[in-house]
Amino acid sequence: MPRIGVFICHCGENIGATVDCAAVAQAAGRLPGVVHAVDYKYMCSDPGQSLIKEAIREKRLTGVVVGACSPRMHEPTFRRACAEAGLNPFLCEMANLREHCSWVHEKGEVTTQKAIDLVRMLVEKVKRNRPLTPIRVPITKRALVLGGGIAGIQAALDIANAGHKVVLVERDPSIGGHMAQLSETFPTLDCSQCILTPRMVEVAQHPNITLYTYSELESLDGFIGNFRATIRKKARSVDESLCTGCGACIQKCAQKKIPSEFNAGLGRRTAIYVPFPQAVPNKPVIDRARCTYYKSGRCKLCEKACPTKAIRFDQEDELVTIDVGAVVVATGYDVKPTSFFPEYGYGEYKDVITGLQFERLASASGPTLGEIRRPSDNEVPKKIVFIACAGSRDPAKGIHYCSKICCMYTAKHAMLYSHKVHDGQAYVFYMDIRAGGKMYEEFVRRAVEEDHVRYVRGRVSRIYQKDGKLIVKGVDTLLNSRPVEVEADLVVLATAMTAQPDAEELAQKLKVSYDGDKFLNEAHPKLRPVEMNTAGIFVAGACQAPKDIPETVAQASGAASKVAGMFSRDELSREPVVAVVNRQPPPVWSTCVGCFLCETACAYQAIEREEIRGRDGSLIRTIAKVNESVCQGCGTCVALCRSKSIDLQGYTNEQVYAELLAL
Amino acid sequence: MAEYEPKIIAFVCNWCTYAGADLTGTSRIHYAPNVRVVRLPCTGRIDFMLILQAFGQGADGVIVSGCHPGDCHYTAGNFHARRRWMLFRRLLDFVGVDMRRVTFSWVSAAEGAKWAELVNSVVADVRKLGPYEEFPQRLGGPGQKPIEVA
Amino acid sequence: MRFGFFPGCSQEGSSREYQESLREVASRLGIELAEIPDWNCCGATAAHTLNHRLALALPARTLALAEQAGLDEVVVPCSACYNRLAGTRHELLHDEALRQQITDIIEMNWHGATRILNVLEWLNRVAGELPGHVSAPFGHRVACYYGCYLTRPKALAACRRIEDPIEMDELVRAVGAEPIRWAYKVECCGAGLSVSRTESVARLSERIVSDAVERGAEAIVVACPMCHTNLDLRRDAILAAAPPGGRSRLASIPVLYISQVIGLAMGVSPRPLGLHRHHVPVRLSAAPPSVAPVAPGEGEE
Repeated sequence: MPRIGVFICHCGENIGATVDCAAVAQAAGRLPGVVHAVDYKYMCSDPGQSLIKEAIREKRLTGVVVGACSPRMHEPTFRRACAEAGLNPFLCEMANLREHCSWVHEKGEVTTQKAIDLVRMLVEKVKRNRPLTPIRVPITKRALVLGGGIAGIQAALDIANAGHKVVLVERDPSIGGHMAQLSETFPTLDCSQCILTPRMVEVAQHPNITLYTYSELESLDGFIGNFRATIRKKARSVDESLCTGCGACIQKCAQKKIPSEFNAGLGRRTAIYVPFPQAVPNKPVIDRARCTYYKSGRCKLCEKACPTKAIRFDQEDELVTIDVGAVVVATGYDVKPTSFFPEYGYGEYKDVITGLQFERLASASGPTLGEIRRPSDNEVPKKIVFIACAGSRDPAKGIHYCSKICCMYTAKHAMLYSHKVHDGQAYVFYMDIRAGGKMYEEFVRRAVEEDHVRYVRGRVSRIYQKDGKLIVKGVDTLLNSRPVEVEADLVVLATAMTAQPDAEELAQKLKVSYDGDKFLNEAHPKLRPVEMNTAGIFVAGACQAPKDIPETVAQASGAASKVAGMFSRDELSREPVVAVVNRQPPPVWSTCVGCFLCETACAYQAIEREEIRGRDGSLIRTIAKVNESVCQGCGTCVALCRSKSIDLQGYTNEQVYAELLAL
Repeated sequence: MAEYEPKIIAFVCNWCTYAGADLTGTSRIHYAPNVRVVRLPCTGRIDFMLILQAFGQGADGVIVSGCHPGDCHYTAGNFHARRRWMLFRRLLDFVGVDMRRVTFSWVSAAEGAKWAELVNSVVADVRKLGPYEEFPQRLGGPGQKPIEVA
Repeated sequence: MRFGFFPGCSQEGSSREYQESLREVASRLGIELAEIPDWNCCGATAAHTLNHRLALALPARTLALAEQAGLDEVVVPCSACYNRLAGTRHELLHDEALRQQITDIIEMNWHGATRILNVLEWLNRVAGELPGHVSAPFGHRVACYYGCYLTRPKALAACRRIEDPIEMDELVRAVGAEPIRWAYKVECCGAGLSVSRTESVARLSERIVSDAVERGAEAIVVACPMCHTNLDLRRDAILAAAPPGGRSRLASIPVLYISQVIGLAMGVSPRPLGLHRHHVPVRLSAAPPSVAPVAPGEGEE
């Protein structure tokens, strides 16, 4: 026989002024199975909770219904109180008499009647509640970090320094990411490589970090605490253990005119190459698509040049499987190429370049050794135009968002240009200047006031070439909306920051969600900014949304601390609201017929196959089984099950129908 | 005779519509008291036999509401619900259930006002339709035993 | 095939040759162009700068007439007419209250059944038929000039790439011409200011003609009577606005309608295409075709 206690809260005046709480308690007391029903001013207060605890002990209650505020507010409070009195917390339910009743209806008979109905529903439900225990999940204390840019580097170092193992996967031959390409950084103008490369070396030397460069995630299975990652180590064609990084092979390579990715296409590299001198690891790879030997079967100049015989033409991709407990996704961003802009020459004008290309022109390690020279004829441009918001904030281009970093780096570019070309003039066409950040606005003012960069508020409608100049046609919206034309020598487009071209594919591999622009989604835009909707997977950096270096580093450290927090325990505990497939004594075993419709419905791959075998080991049946570590408890499988063999703990068919039948 | 008061049963998901209805409360937006909410984790959990059972219990109207498409807390539960609903709707229509009495809607956790509007409009519509007395007997009319309790 | 046809005022007057050549090409392709009975002015320039409801009511009446006549699609050669008709259709379809207001004014029902096509859309629709009819490929370098209305506003734009449309380029390539890459494809010619502020038109149009000439075009191809008027009829004013030197080349480059180019490629003689009506004489050397005709869509993207 159930022994249910009902506790009606006045919530001060909040419920009491509209609902006749005493009448509700009285009516509840008459419900079958209810052995105790009281009302009290503040049920969530200490004395209120004591009322419940005492009743549980004295009346040997088997279930509790608290008629108070929304369960989203105080369900944990009351369940904890029940647990303290020795009642399984999942035998406590709440009737929402405040948000769903007293606050939204007039005082009167009808509202009190509704409150009674709500209590009755929950009484009928709680009679059918089962004691549940939180699910415990063991944790593999090793983290996988995807992406070796500044976000991945920071996350990996933080986790490693907290004493946990980290596997860092980078798909390029070296870690460093976009930050390694930058010349200087705003708002301090300190050299990007000078602050980044020590971190890169630290990663390589850290005893807790295993570095896989030139490698990509092949697949990820499992669940929080228990992921299994398969990593494809692409064939470097070089034995890393023998290679000393002397560079003799690079000197001898027959292919010398391949556009360098690191220099954003402005410099050249060889077929066997390291992307840049400070690369980590400083060991080359052979770009097989460009290598003479792979194309024609002859050459092998690098092999002849190598003093340690490290070249391996027959090396194959290798798949490595690693168990990890958490994943940090830090795969970064891409920028729109100049060919995206028909009105700016469609990528056909050599002297219309992207911001990233300008970084390489300005960088001391770049193709011009830091001198600003335009790509077409290597001349120093005397007039340079920067166009902010190239693509960003432009619905006509399909990019609604602000790329966030362009205002700042454009100011930086104009400043660097002014510092390097003293007789040159820089123009910036902009929509708005968004310089929120410590010392950011001051930085932009410096560009205008000290470096005399001419800021023109207006859009550029077209660029065309005429007599070796680029005619930049725009409008100055502050000067009576007059059309302006600048005859420029070089134009730099602050092209929109976009998600990586394969971001969608990655998201599907990880089973995490992404937005319309293919940026990965955090679990909550405000309160869970580094977690993702799949438990155990965290996000950092520009793969989530455009952001600058300080923000990226902050987010990476945030993700790392979440991982470290998770790894500080030996196992995870979570709510037991999960689906279960019924089991019955032989010869029925289960009513599950093994149709696995549930498997197709489950968004979390929580449905497994369980083989029922006889004593002789022969297979009797294959039925569905829910992996309770993975199941999130949505119940979609329950609604779909044709034989009603799967049910959702906490919201079983029996409980829900009982609620309905109470009406 | 007192004016007829429709009885409405709402099946809502915990993450969007239940939270949305909570917001209606915290915003103190008043609406018709005729609705009784059954809280479920997700609209994907809604077995459509529940809807029949609700009518069997004498409901004059039923509301099903969850997260907006794409916003499901469980990624895709509401899509399952929607697809199942498209099929089930035709079946119910075929067996003679008055489809004007079932309202499918999306109310997010931020749409407190929308929840009030939804309830009010359903109550008003069902009030016009009158009590649902002709709920097909073969599906279990008022006062009948439960259709199915697994 | 049968399409509705809305000539608008210019097709009866200053740009008669546009209609003549369109009808010539259509009939050769076996297409009937059925004029909307009792059509009225589209309201361009005057109405839509003065009175919003009048600006909607005028095209709405024509749209309603087209619907009554059972025309599913109406070809509108003038870009300004196209903009007004397609714009009105768009606006009324997206605002029910406004639609009610306007149908009350015109005292006619309208459901939005009729679609509006500009000439480029229409020609690209029937372009599959072209190769079989090309007997005298138009072997010249041409500058395809789209003007402003064919690509704006975005909601109405008939062209896929609004800043660098290629629909006309594909068409001329299909009849053997070589479209040049140039900078003034969609720049403004001065349009409706042709009469009131001729000097502005001269200044704007001069840049268009100059750029076409500098980049080696032998002819400019247009799909709008307003563009044609400004680039062709206003040529003397353009020359006056041009810097001295090179004026002779500026003077001689002809401006052809896309339908005339296609007509010539089909072997139609100049007169039925109305070439004699132009201010700048159309004298193109009868050079052998320098480019082989290709099917539309095969061109560079």
